Formats: sequence, structure tokens, C-alpha cells
Amino acid sequence: MRRGTGINWLAVYAVAYMVFLYAPAILLPIFAVNDSTIIAFPLRGFTGKWFADLWSSEALQASALNSLYVAVSTCIVSTLLGVCAARAATRYPFPGKKGIMGFIMLPLVLPEIIVAVALLVVLVQLGLDLSLWTVVLGHVLVCTPFSIAVLSSAFQGMDRSLEEASLDLGETRFNTFRRVTLPLVMPGIISSLLITFTISLDEFIIAFFLTGTDATLPVYIWSQLRFPAKLPSVMALGTILLLVTIVLLILAEWFRRRSTARRGEDISIAGGLA
Amino acid sequence: MSDIPTAADARTIIDARNVTKHYGDVKALDGISAEIREGEFFSLLGPSGCGKTTLLRMIAGFDELTSGTIAINGEPMAGVPANLRPTNMVFQSYAIFPHLTVAENVAYGLRRKKLPKEELQREVEAALEMVDLGGYGPRASHAMSGGQRQRVALARALIMRPKVLLLDEPLSALDKKLREQMQVELRRLQRAVGITFILVTHDQEEALIMSDRIAVMFDGRISQLATPQELYRLPANRRVASFIGVMNFLDGTVIGEDGDAVHLDIAALGKVSVPKSQCKSRIDGTAPAHVGIRPEMLTILFDETEQAEREVTGTISDVVYYGDMTYYDVQLPGAEKPITISMRNTAGRAVLEIGATARVGWGSESIVVLD
Ligand SMILES: Nc1ncnc2c1ncn2[C@@H]1O[C@H](COP(=O)(O)OP(=O)(O)OP(=O)(O)O)[C@@H](O)[C@H]1O
Ligand SMILES: [Mg+2]
Repeated sequence: MRRGTGINWLAVYAVAYMVFLYAPAILLPIFAVNDSTIIAFPLRGFTGKWFADLWSSEALQASALNSLYVAVSTCIVSTLLGVCAARAATRYPFPGKKGIMGFIMLPLVLPEIIVAVALLVVLVQLGLDLSLWTVVLGHVLVCTPFSIAVLSSAFQGMDRSLEEASLDLGETRFNTFRRVTLPLVMPGIISSLLITFTISLDEFIIAFFLTGTDATLPVYIWSQLRFPAKLPSVMALGTILLLVTIVLLILAEWFRRRSTARRGEDISIAGGLA
Repeated sequence: MSDIPTAADARTIIDARNVTKHYGDVKALDGISAEIREGEFFSLLGPSGCGKTTLLRMIAGFDELTSGTIAINGEPMAGVPANLRPTNMVFQSYAIFPHLTVAENVAYGLRRKKLPKEELQREVEAALEMVDLGGYGPRASHAMSGGQRQRVALARALIMRPKVLLLDEPLSALDKKLREQMQVELRRLQRAVGITFILVTHDQEEALIMSDRIAVMFDGRISQLATPQELYRLPANRRVASFIGVMNFLDGTVIGEDGDAVHLDIAALGKVSVPKSQCKSRIDGTAPAHVGIRPEMLTILFDETEQAEREVTGTISDVVYYGDMTYYDVQLPGAEKPITISMRNTAGRAVLEIGATARVGWGSESIVVLD
């Protein structure tokens, strides 16, 4: 409800904030189709050649494949871990639950550089070779808390008597999980897969520190920034990444809302975190 | 003990011995022993938090006992998981699977039996017919009303043909009209299928209406296990008496006994002899006794010609008019609190006013002596 006719300062603030947040992102697609190697106004006309350039770069294709490989592995592993942790956290009481959960959620607020350096030190100490798998390891570490957050709210919202009803009707625990629990938290699982996939796809610091010779996309982009002539291509690549990210996150949010809306509950992510 | 001829010689289907369940420091169940008979409608009645749900969950196998044993159909249930017990439950929240249709919900437990498709459909439809939901099978379960969900839950459990059906406050979420209708229907259904029903409720009227026998629970113990009539007429103690219906309590003193009568001196009513069969408390010498009288066991004598075995006069302190009945609070000289009297509003009988003098009639057979 609106009171009076004065300026709505909240709206002004919101618009200013959005401009500040998203204006740089809007520059990406603009320069990605600008027919000039120099990133500056005025624009010189439309071209699709930067995108075409991308298509022909082998290093880029290799890094895209690497990223896909890392992101898919990460999202599957962290969602699996998330399912187990969220299920345990919402169903079974165990001593020190709050502390343990807090500890698991810590990477959510820890600076990534610290996670990256710490992991690097540990891996080197263990004598493990850096590879895409070490990147996956690092990504799982930072993605699992997100996965737990999304899945906790999915599990929390599920009436636990539904599982009991299934047992009561003669189903085993395993089949109960398969026939009742899984379908009911599926939107949460899909949402978790999409979110962790996106995070892993865009993550730079950990990938930069932990990858060996195989670069992921963000690392590749960073390496290209040294060559001014490559800048428009990087812009084009950034545009694609931006679009993919937006689409994935919208999808994830849609699934998450579906899982809660079906039960007619509030839709705050934090709901699942105690 | 029981006056139900069919149930008296029936087999015991559930035998609970000394069942206790502790949640940390909370003694949810504190030594429950009960034998539930095959084919009876049994109710667990008690106030919120007395352990009704806990006992039901122990029988269903969702939780393990702290100590004691439960046998179903002669078999000890220790270590038998819920999915292997011959019981089915109708949950308080109904627990209808939201991602399945009505028919899929009802058929849920039959999957393991691997019936041919047509037979499965026939069974599901028959179960839905039984609860008056014929033709509702293809509906999405979240599109059903509260009363309909309750019926779906009932059909889903009954289709399993359990030995015992457990119902946890199945009617508490329904509005009054629907609840009364479902009480009658549940009772009819139970007689039709002949399955043992164990109903949890905190509504004493519901328990009285529906049950063959009732266990009244307080604080994790059974205070009394009896038929509705016994429970109402001769409650085991004051706590049960005030939980079931309305009961007036008066202080009295035992002044003697002989043969099968106890002589009492009751405040405001005077001396009276009561048959021992109406005494639930142990009588020893000249001890204080608690006397109970139901409101409908007292009458207000409206004119000179009306007579009663005994009579006292008091002043009306409150009148509550219910349409068919009027409840009067009458202050008797020498009584601590007013006593409540219910009178049927028959034709031509006026409702008395507050402050009016009333002659109260009573008799020795209307009195019970309680702990
Ligand atoms: N899982 C549990 N953990 C701890 N305490 C519990 C648990 N379940 C029940 N209790 C406690 O045990 C006691 C009995 O609970 P129960 O649910 O059996 O009561 P009830 O008679 O069904 O009450 P209501 O009519 O409110 O449903 C309560 O004091 C309750 O707080
Ligand atoms: Mg309960």
C-alpha cells in the first residue's frame, strides 16, 4: 500500500542499485557485437565475428570442455553430499548437530582465496598432482553448502508422516525413499544441481589455484585478457557465460519455488538452516 | 466386566504389557497394560500430551519401547519394523501423498502384492466406494477437501485389510457437522469390515459415541479401561469423572457400613446409605469421602405434586439455556460451590430465573463415591 504522493526513496535506491550492479554486465553483450578491437564508445557497427572467432579457437573449446567436465562432476557430487547431509540434519537428532552443520556451512562465508590456498597447501603436502579433479574437489567444498541450503528447505517442508505412512503401508525404507521422499524433494534436487553447476562453471579463484595444465573457462578468459586484440572475443565469451548463468539460475529458482509452492509454504532459502 | 456379548469371548488381538516410553526425561508412557480384543472399537481418550499418539506409534512400530512388550495377534512385536506389522494407520495429518492421484494413493500399499492391473483397479474402486468416494480415483490428491482426504486415508489403510486399524484423531480437523457425520460413518464402517479399530481422541463425547471400550489416559498411564456406560456411571476417580461429561463433587464423611451399603454424611445433602457397588474408593472407618453426582441425576421439582426420594432447597445462581436442555447452577446451603443440574425443556415448563428458590430432588442411587 502506498501512502502520500512523495518520492518513493526505496524505489530510487533500488533502481540506482540495479544500475550499478548490472550496467557493467550490459556492456559485455554490447561490445561483443561491436565491430572494433577497441573497447570504447562510440560503437562502430554490428558484427558477429567475435563469436565466430570463438568457434575456431581450439584452446577455448578445450577449456569449455574442461569446465563442463568439472561443473558436471561438481554438481553431481555436491548434490549427493547435500542430499545426505540435509536428510540427516532434518530427520535425525544427533549430538552436536548445530555445531557440525555450522561447520559444514562455513565455506559459504569463507573467502574463496583462503579455501583455495589452504587446499593447495594440503594437496601439495599430500604430494597429489594438480588436475581437473583437484578443481572438482575444491568446487565440491564450496558448492556443498549451497546444495545443503536448498535441499534442507526441501526436506524440512516434507511432512515426515508421509514417509511413515509409506512404511506403514508395507514399503521398505529404500522403496519409501524412492517412491515418496525422492519425488517430493526432486524439485529441490534439480534446483541444487543447477545452482552448483552454475557456481562451478563461473568459479575462478579455486580453479586458478588448483588446476594443473588444464584451464577451465574462467581461467582461459583470464589468460586471454593479456592480449588486447582478444578482448572482444572475451566479451563474446563472457556474454555466452552470462546468458547460460542467468538461464540456469532462473530454472533453479523456478524448481525451488515449485517444490515449496506445492506444499504451500514460504519460499525463503534460509528456512532450512538452523 | 463387559456387557458386550460378542466382544467378551473374543480373542485378544493386541496385548500391551507394562509399556513405557521415555523421551529424555519425559515419561510419555509410564507402564501401560491393556488387552485389546479382536473386532472391537477401542478408544484411547485423554488430554493433550498424555501419551495417546505415543502409544499408537508404538503399536504401529514407528518407535521403539523403552521397556515392556507389545504382542499383536499373539506375536511379540519387538524388533518388527512398521512395514511388517499387521496394522495400518490413519494419520492425524492424513499423510496423503501429494504427488500421487487419489487412486495411486489408495493403491500404494498393494504394489507389493503384484496384482494384475484390472484386479488392482477393481480393488481400488471398491475401497473408494466403501468410503463414498466412488469415481474420485483420477483426481489429484491435493485437490481434495479435508473430509475427502480423511476418507482417502481411510481407504488407503483399509485396502490393506489390516488386523488392526489405528486412527490418530482422524476427525479433529473436520468441522462439527462433518465430524458428527463421520463419527457415525466410521462406526458403521467398523461394524461392516469387522476390523479392530483403535481410535485416539481427546473428545470424550466422540469416545463415548463410537467405542466398545475406552481407555482413559492421564500422564502416560491408563486411569480406567471400561465400556462407555461403566465409564460414565462409575468413573474410577475424580480425574476421570471430571474428564468424562460434567460431574458435581461434594464433600462427605463415611459414618459407617454394613453388608453391602455404606452410610455417608454429605455436605448440603445430609445422611444417606449408598450401595457398595457405587463406591469406587476403598472405605475405611470414618474417613472423608468424595461424592459425585451427574447433573442429569438431579432434578428441579417444579410444583408441589412432583416428588423425589430426597429433597433439598437452594437458590439458583446461574442459568444456561441450550434449547433442548437448561443447565441450572443451584447454591445449596452448606455447600462450597453451586451444583449443576440439567433439565430437559419439556412442553409447558418455564425456564427459572437467577435468584429463584428451587427444590432439588435426588436419590441414593444417583451418587457415586470416588477417590
Ligand atoms: N519425539 C518426541 N520427543 C520428545 N518428546 C516427545 C516426543 N513425542 C512425544 N513427546 C512427549 O511425550 C508426551 C506425550 O506425547 P503424545 O504425542 O503421545 O501426546 P498425545 O496424547 O498424543 O497429545 P495430543 O492430544 O496433543 O496429540 C508429551 O509430553 C510430548 O511432549
Ligand atoms: Mg497426539
